[in-house]
Amino acid sequence: MLIAEKISKKFAGIAALEDVSLELLAGKVTAIIGENGAGKSTLMKILSGVYTEYEGRIIYKGEHVRFTNPKEAQDSGINIIHQELNLVPDMNITENIFLGREILNSWNTLNKKTMRYKTQQLLDKLKLNVSPDTHIANLKVGQQQVVEIAKALLYNSDVIIMDEPTSAISDHEVEVLFEIIRGLKKENKAIVYISHKLDELSRIADSYIILRDGKVTDSGDMASINQDAIIRKMVGRDIKTTVREHRVSPKEILLSVKNLSLKANKRAGKIILDNINFHLYTGEILGIFGLMGAGRTELLETILGMHPKTPISTFTLQDAPLKAKHPHDAIRAGIVLVPEDRKKDGLVLGMDVMKNISLSCLKKTARQGIISKHEELELANKYISALKIKTPSSNQVVKNLSGGNQQKVVLAKCLATKPKILMLDEPTRGIDANAKNEIYDLITRLSASGLGIIVVSSELPEILAVSDRILVMAEGRITAEFTRAEANETNILKAAIPKTI
Amino acid sequence: MSAQPIYLKVAKYQSLIALFILCLALSFLSDKFLTASNTWNVLRQISVNICISVGMTFVVLTAGIDLSVGSVLALSGAITAGLLKSGIELPGSNLFIGFTISGAILAGMVTGSLLGCFNGWIITKFKVPPFVATLGMLTIARGLTMLWTKGYPISGLGNHFAYIGSGWLLGIPVLVWIACITVVTAVFISNKTIFGRYIFAIGGNENASRLSGININKVKLMVYSIAGLLAAVGGIMVASRLDSAQPNAGMGYELDSIAAVVIGGTSLSGGRGSIPGTVLGAVIIGVLNNGLVLLDVSPFWQQVVKGLVILLAVIVDKANSKVE
Repeated sequence: MLIAEKISKKFAGIAALEDVSLELLAGKVTAIIGENGAGKSTLMKILSGVYTEYEGRIIYKGEHVRFTNPKEAQDSGINIIHQELNLVPDMNITENIFLGREILNSWNTLNKKTMRYKTQQLLDKLKLNVSPDTHIANLKVGQQQVVEIAKALLYNSDVIIMDEPTSAISDHEVEVLFEIIRGLKKENKAIVYISHKLDELSRIADSYIILRDGKVTDSGDMASINQDAIIRKMVGRDIKTTVREHRVSPKEILLSVKNLSLKANKRAGKIILDNINFHLYTGEILGIFGLMGAGRTELLETILGMHPKTPISTFTLQDAPLKAKHPHDAIRAGIVLVPEDRKKDGLVLGMDVMKNISLSCLKKTARQGIISKHEELELANKYISALKIKTPSSNQVVKNLSGGNQQKVVLAKCLATKPKILMLDEPTRGIDANAKNEIYDLITRLSASGLGIIVVSSELPEILAVSDRILVMAEGRITAEFTRAEANETNILKAAIPKTI
Repeated sequence: MSAQPIYLKVAKYQSLIALFILCLALSFLSDKFLTASNTWNVLRQISVNICISVGMTFVVLTAGIDLSVGSVLALSGAITAGLLKSGIELPGSNLFIGFTISGAILAGMVTGSLLGCFNGWIITKFKVPPFVATLGMLTIARGLTMLWTKGYPISGLGNHFAYIGSGWLLGIPVLVWIACITVVTAVFISNKTIFGRYIFAIGGNENASRLSGININKVKLMVYSIAGLLAAVGGIMVASRLDSAQPNAGMGYELDSIAAVVIGGTSLSGGRGSIPGTVLGAVIIGVLNNGLVLLDVSPFWQQVVKGLVILLAVIVDKANSKVE
């Protein structure tokens, strides 16, 4: 169906993909496996026409193609279902499915009847038992995904790329999705399936390709490889070697959270956090694992004081009650957060490195509100060298740094406040392996100096590698707690998968 | 960076170059343009807009906007003038409070600050978009001005008060002094203080600023209060210059000041811009106005030209930021 030959792609001189070749067969599911940053999304974006500049060639249905935009790829039958779904929440299913290619009557008005009828057909085929008039906002994530698939089918897609389709859906919904995929196979569609969940892959995929650092490390028949082998090929090393020495167990309670619950404002009654209780000890790295929507990020945000209306919960920091109504209260008390999305929440991209580093502790470099340039520069340079931030100067605009260095700037900003507790949300998302290891080292060193550290991550290897203790969350609750010795991928994942539908 | 291509260096000073060309052209086209009296006249005219635009720059840097400055200017000016002229009679008693010039000015400035603070409160507390919140204030303050003045100008404010608007100090008009002091203070605040840094940070990325522990609401409240205060300063300047507080003073001033901010290169989405840029923008608008009058261009055409200049400035700015 589709052959990609020797695809290479560089970003700012750094190779994201190198000589990647793959072959998609009609009626087969091809799994693409790799850690974050291995090049999976880049490859998919090339196939679906998002990136138009690359080396190598794509042969689709026997012809050499080079798409100039995503629409061209869609029109010729290659469709991608993104991890973040591209649906308009305030429109209904029919409107979403036909968005941009509405069927018109002879008078150029919308032919709602036909569109609704066709939508109904698609929904029936995909066994989604809701009315075509249902608003997307009222659907569960799994159902929304089915709508995306319906949309792809409407394009008569022959190649359907699914990017982490099960990251946010329940077991039951996964079964439904697999049923749909099996149906699509029978219709001779070629399916690309990207997922971190190896169990799933061995169940649904026919063949696999493993990427690491932009290169193909292995490919073959899914039946011929086991999970351990996959993991080895993904990381290029045995995971166990990255596990740190077990350190002296710390016993002084730094932070304790009691009876924390949080309800969503918008959808009445939806519980985001449900009676969370835990302690954090000094010098400890506490890993919190959960799938998407488990409430991990919200937990950190609540500790930071971003949801001040939480009822009845008590926080104590070193035996003193903590009442953070706003992040600046929390930061003053010694709690900082390295947010998940550094571009959106971590950095002022248009400002330079120095100003970003000093942002949280400007008062330390100022007298009567007037900033001392000298002290600010000194502070910035101290952290630039301590964290080995690669930047031409402290005046470099943060936007121009690489992901890893940007992340270090966020860390520098947090550390400059001299915190007692450092919370990191997905600390190594989208950064290269080298910077990743530097950040792990840094976290370890910080904890050795007595900081309490909370690491939230959806990457199991990461959680296993850094944590002294692991909490697992699902649907707003803590479902399990493991010590480093007890924890392994299986028991963590088991606890993380939601039980109710 | 030192190795900037030449066009980038030029781009940095494009407004200055544009102003220079404009002045050069006008001095050829009209022999009245480059005279001392006309120059002082232009500077006096723009000093009010400069004061207002400085406040507007702070607001725009936080990615906000203040449409109410014109009305706040009118109300503050009218309060100052009214208090100066007739004081307040406390209702239900024979008590009468008279105001000195400084007392009346202070009252006007407090009025402006409070109105601005109210804007900020509505915006931060109820999450009303700045455009809408200040649009409300535009009407409210205008209505209050009408109520306070009963729709008539308050005139005859005395020579001492008129000194502000028409007097000279050390060879420079008092109005220009006020504008200069405002600008210098504002440059200091924006470059040297924590508050100034926070303004840029909030406009650059509000989420990140909040997570960095910046009290967003406090900063915004102050920014809108400052905008109100400077509008009041403008109101007092206008009242003094005309020796009269007009109920419809300051109509459309918000647009002139937004124009100055935009021409000065401040991004309406916040985080990028400068006070000197805004001053330059105000000067360009002022010179353009003056030049068009000197050249006898019809007032209708003047508006068209002004609008085109604003568009041009923004388009050039966009093109430049893409190059960078």
